[in-house]
Amino acid sequence: MFLLEVTSEQIFQQALNGVSKGAVYALIAVGYTMVYGVLQLINFAHGEVYMLGAYFAYYPAKWAGYIPDEGGEKPKVPLYFIGVCILFSMAACAAIGMLIERLAYRPLRNASRLAALITAIGVSLLLQNGSQIMFGSDPKYFPRFMDRESVQLGMFDVSNTQVTIMVVAAVAMIGLHLFVQKTKPGMAMRAVSFDMRTARLMGVNVDGTIALTFAIGSIMASIGGVLIAMDQPRLTPLMGLLMGLKAFVAAVLGGIGSIPGAALGGLILGIAESVVGTWSTTYADAVAFVILILVLLVKPSGLLGKTGREKV
Amino acid sequence: MADTILELDDINVYYGAIHALKGISLKVEQGEVVTLIGTNGAGKTTTLATICGLMRSKTGTLKYAGQDISKCATHRLVCDGLVMAPEGRGIFPNLTVGENMRIGAYACKDKVAIEKNLAHGYEVFPRLAERKRQKGGTLSGGEQQMLAIARSLMSQPKLLLLDEPSLGLAPLIVKTIFETIDRVNKDGVTILLVEQNANIALKHSDRAYVIESGEIAIEGKSADLLIDPRVKAAYLGES
Repeated sequence: MFLLEVTSEQIFQQALNGVSKGAVYALIAVGYTMVYGVLQLINFAHGEVYMLGAYFAYYPAKWAGYIPDEGGEKPKVPLYFIGVCILFSMAACAAIGMLIERLAYRPLRNASRLAALITAIGVSLLLQNGSQIMFGSDPKYFPRFMDRESVQLGMFDVSNTQVTIMVVAAVAMIGLHLFVQKTKPGMAMRAVSFDMRTARLMGVNVDGTIALTFAIGSIMASIGGVLIAMDQPRLTPLMGLLMGLKAFVAAVLGGIGSIPGAALGGLILGIAESVVGTWSTTYADAVAFVILILVLLVKPSGLLGKTGREKV
Repeated sequence: MADTILELDDINVYYGAIHALKGISLKVEQGEVVTLIGTNGAGKTTTLATICGLMRSKTGTLKYAGQDISKCATHRLVCDGLVMAPEGRGIFPNLTVGENMRIGAYACKDKVAIEKNLAHGYEVFPRLAERKRQKGGTLSGGEQQMLAIARSLMSQPKLLLLDEPSLGLAPLIVKTIFETIDRVNKDGVTILLVEQNANIALKHSDRAYVIESGEIAIEGKSADLLIDPRVKAAYLGES
């Protein structure tokens, strides 16, 4: 398998494909990292929110008649309607994210972290199986939002979907960064993530801030879900499982709790997977877990994570 | 007679099976500096936490400015002018000094008032103005305590709860901190102060309560307690 001749150009081409893949990992990874930042909880249901994000963009298109019954010709969806689908999906995912927090995690705010972690796994299973009941376990096919075209970028070929993914993901990440660093609710998030009790004493509505954190993480996951569905239109209720795990690895690699870390971890993971995929696509899925093991062995705090919290 | 700003009557607080506050009753009048002194674990911090809604009492009444606040959320109380500067200062080291100041006014919606209070805070604490772009974690202990007080003034409190402002600071800095507390009080803020350093706390307050294992043991004018033989023996290190 490794004897396959590969040129350096192919590797660069694959690395570029990896960037668009990694951009989506990054979008999902920020959800893990933000929730961990405020609650020290790994929200294992986050991958399912990503899955729901794709479904919630699928249904408006279906209701509007853009998805034909068996075997019919797929009509092209007008550009403005993409916006409608994405906004609907973002709003629905934000609601789901806040609902999960309110119903599953808030009652356990003072319980042991293990109880919360097991609950997170439970919520994940609930959403996976609930979605199979709601949406059916057979795959749904996402509408065709754009004709696939190749764009020449220097010596490389990229598809227009890949370009869209990279641009949208970059805008979303920059937007998130500005929100967290420059706005008042963003400042509250940073304060809550350091010291919930003191933040409360300062008049910060801690419960509201935590709900907002879930909402924003879920919105990012929903964007990720829609972007992936544009590239790989086959939706299944279990699609969030592997994606969620990989995004979690990206968050750990970047340093859990760090938003720039999640972005970096996502990109590295995406590129590494694609480059390995040059030789073997079967092994590409394993890359994430090899990385996870290496990070945990060598630098458990991740690339941009802090080692422990300094309390003054 | 001045108005009563804070009134606790028969407050009982439990940590699981541990009965931490056993029927605490106390009063703070408008404009006073009242201090709570007592040893470690006597229940001083728990009393403050109960007042600002972090802990709940099983019985009794808790009144602030005439209103029952026993079920109020902490951030609502901050809006109403009941603010606590926590023990250990509670500076956010990952936020800049300026952001730490602004988060003190988080509950305040009036942008003009925020800027005014910020400017006033920097005027009173010029050291903080010099360092407003630095991260809170880079300040010295004394500067952090200054920041904690300046920050709690950002929401224009009527009643300020100070939990161990002298903790871990050098004597000279403790002196400065207490001069600041006097000045804040002169500006019209009522202060409830918790201290282990009974000597300095009694010198800078009008009245005092001594807490012992969850109960008020002694209460009176601070000047009287300074010469009270029981207080002298137990808290002032004299016999």
